[in-house]
Amino acid sequence: MAIADTHPAHEEPAVHLGGGEEFEEREFGFWLYLMTDAVIFALLFATYVVMSGNIAAGPDAKSLFSLPHTAGETLLLLCSSITFGFATLASLAGQSGRVIQWLIVTMLLGAGFVAMEIIEFAGMISAGAGPGTSGFLSAFLTLVGTHGLHVSLGIVGIAVMAVQVSIKGLTNPVRSRLYRLGLFWHFLDIIWIGIFSVVYLPGVM
Amino acid sequence: MLGKLTIDALPFYSWVAMAGAGVTVGGGLLVVAIITYLGAWRYLWTEWLTSVDHKKIGIMYIVLALVMLIRGFIDAIMMRAQQAFALNSDGYLPPEHFEQIFTSHGTIMVFFMAMPFLTGLFNIVAPQQIGARDVAFPFMNSISLWLTAAGAGLVLVSLVIGKFSTAGWTGYPPYSGIEFNPGVGVDYWLWALLVSGVGSTMTGINFVVTILKKRAPGMTLMRMPMFAWTTLVVSILIAFSFPALTVVAIQLGLDRYLGFHFFTNGDGGNMMNFANLLWIWGHPEVYILILPAFGVYSEVVATFSGKRLFGYDSLVYATGCIGILSFTVWLHHFFTMGSSANVNAFFGIATMIIAVPTGVKVFDWLFTMFRGRIVFHPSMYWTIGFIVTFVIGGVSGVLLALPPADYLMHNSTFLVAHFHNMLIPGALFGYLAGMNYWFPKAFGFKLDETWGIRAFWFWIIGFYLAFMPLYVLGFMGMVRRMEHYNVPEWQPYLVVAAIGAVFVLVGIFCIAMQLYVSVRDRAQAVDTTGDPWNGRTLEWATSSPPAPYNFAIIPKVEDIDAFADMKRRGVVGAKPERYEDITMPKNTAAGVFLGAGGFVLGFAMIWHIWWLAALCLVAAVAILIMRASNDDDEFTIPAAEVEAIESKRQHSTLKLPTDQPEPGVDPAGKQPMPGNI
Repeated sequence: MAIADTHPAHEEPAVHLGGGEEFEEREFGFWLYLMTDAVIFALLFATYVVMSGNIAAGPDAKSLFSLPHTAGETLLLLCSSITFGFATLASLAGQSGRVIQWLIVTMLLGAGFVAMEIIEFAGMISAGAGPGTSGFLSAFLTLVGTHGLHVSLGIVGIAVMAVQVSIKGLTNPVRSRLYRLGLFWHFLDIIWIGIFSVVYLPGVM
Repeated sequence: MLGKLTIDALPFYSWVAMAGAGVTVGGGLLVVAIITYLGAWRYLWTEWLTSVDHKKIGIMYIVLALVMLIRGFIDAIMMRAQQAFALNSDGYLPPEHFEQIFTSHGTIMVFFMAMPFLTGLFNIVAPQQIGARDVAFPFMNSISLWLTAAGAGLVLVSLVIGKFSTAGWTGYPPYSGIEFNPGVGVDYWLWALLVSGVGSTMTGINFVVTILKKRAPGMTLMRMPMFAWTTLVVSILIAFSFPALTVVAIQLGLDRYLGFHFFTNGDGGNMMNFANLLWIWGHPEVYILILPAFGVYSEVVATFSGKRLFGYDSLVYATGCIGILSFTVWLHHFFTMGSSANVNAFFGIATMIIAVPTGVKVFDWLFTMFRGRIVFHPSMYWTIGFIVTFVIGGVSGVLLALPPADYLMHNSTFLVAHFHNMLIPGALFGYLAGMNYWFPKAFGFKLDETWGIRAFWFWIIGFYLAFMPLYVLGFMGMVRRMEHYNVPEWQPYLVVAAIGAVFVLVGIFCIAMQLYVSVRDRAQAVDTTGDPWNGRTLEWATSSPPAPYNFAIIPKVEDIDAFADMKRRGVVGAKPERYEDITMPKNTAAGVFLGAGGFVLGFAMIWHIWWLAALCLVAAVAILIMRASNDDDEFTIPAAEVEAIESKRQHSTLKLPTDQPEPGVDPAGKQPMPGNI
């Protein structure tokens, strides 16, 4: 009761993300897809944990990982989630120009993340620490690379949505797609936090 | 330009392989010739291949399943023939070829016979059972179908171009790794699994959303027909287990293509991880295959006993329990791998526990039949044959669940007998029962019962002849997958098993005859009302075959067995005041193109034709982006047209016996009384 009493008398209409009732099934289906993707990542995490000690006379995590570099990646990706949030807010306000601007910022931050990851991988491979060196590196590059691949696909998706917003405007189908793309993008953030905590932090300890 | 593909890929190395290639190519050409002769290409393309109608997609899935059933069975009878003769001799199959055959047999039967069959039944039946006009994602449904067909196509092509895997259907490394298996065989297996696995995952997502979001008003979860329940549970299992198959296939692929060390012998690989990941998918998969059949049996047994299903609630809970427990038993597939005794004990006990809900189901079906007015329709034969046979398989499974006993029987023909004893009655018999039961719904005429019953008897006798000897052989020490042997005592049993395979061959012939005779005499077996069996669930409320939209007016559900309830209340065929426009999805060729892209991508990757693979990926992404930008994917059937279709149809005039209260129903209300059957 106490909670109900604190509600203001003139309740604001509930904020509806997504494309409305007509698209509820698609949005629910997308959540399910994210669950299947989460299973994929869960198993890649499990594989990494099992194999993280199998360095096979190759370099170990401590000598390869650079926490400042990873912190930079993390910063870019987390900021990109915030800017995607701004795009969503702009879409609620019906400002399609703003949406596109924020989507472009998000895309640039995401591209920066992918670029930093490519630099990291290229450095490792040129230093003789490619995926063929040890089970540890196979598992590491597959887990982090799969995440990076998802981010890259997300960037393509953002580009497509920016074009759609500019051509079609913020119609219900477009809002729904934007909402699902947002789920995907934030989901990748959560996965990255997992990677940071399970892969990089223990690796440099 | 063509990667590893050269003229040497053609099977000129053995006459058996050439014959197989010839049959495959000849069969394909024959189909093409018949379609061309009938001038049916345009019809086929516009009405079927590009269709997003769940009923047509379901029929295409089942056609694929039946074709692959024949291919998988040819493999089986070849193995039985080889083992019947190969005492102290080489038989007629060289080892390398024999290995391909047992690998393709398992791969085909699991992925390209059973999976399409059950998915086809889901498609035809589940939306109608819940009173829906379509699945949640019709276009994705079409993609699923064509990706599954692409995977099947890769397995078929491997018979003509190159060789198939020799590593068994589970493809354990390190043997399936590049070091011991440098050819294209394992790659064919990998890409067939990957391409079709993506399709299956999408099917899972599609049907979870369909059932949770598209039920008719009043159809609460606990009023859903059992088959809809098994569809839901199986779809959840598919969505959560197939990603594991994708992961393990990609990891093995990375090992093979890019020199990774996930499962290699040296350099920090861990091949035990493969067994874990594969069976984290693989054990739920067993229940993915079996639960839909349980759903079919539940529908069949209630309809042909003329009674409400006994213990509906317990069947629902048992299905759910099996679904959850199926994720907790995977390690029993490799007790001998060397986990600690405690780990083995945990999984052994979990395995035995899963027999409990299964036993509950068996009793529910038996009590449904008890004092029922049983109609001996072919699907009832399959059901009764299943109950008896499946219990034997279950008992042998509980025996194998004991880790110490498993150490003796692991990898023996006892195991082969066990899992065939589960999957043939527990899956295939159910699908065939479902085919007999729902055929009139899909096509508008009934299947011939005489040939159906003949098919049953040949199948079941053939099954016992083929697999009971394998139990004995397992105790006699025969391991599975032997190309030849030198123990004379085994041969009589193997001869009996081969005779069993011949019986099954006759059974398959009877099914073909059943289809032929039924189509020939369809005028005499027309199902005019859509309710040929005095059915109880909503799919019998539609016409046979159903209109594209299934239900002109979405039914209101007030009870379990909604259609039986409607008949009891006398509201079947009640005319609505007015019809409304119905919006349906447009057909699209994008699904076919994506399937074709999946096939060519797989083929290009198998033969290392990198440019072609890249091209396919780009094309697939382009199609998806175009499709994702298309907001005009639906059309409207005007109310007048709906009325015209509906005014032509006849409604069921069958009545459930109303002179006495429905067994199990309190005359005053609709709740089943506890303990009352």
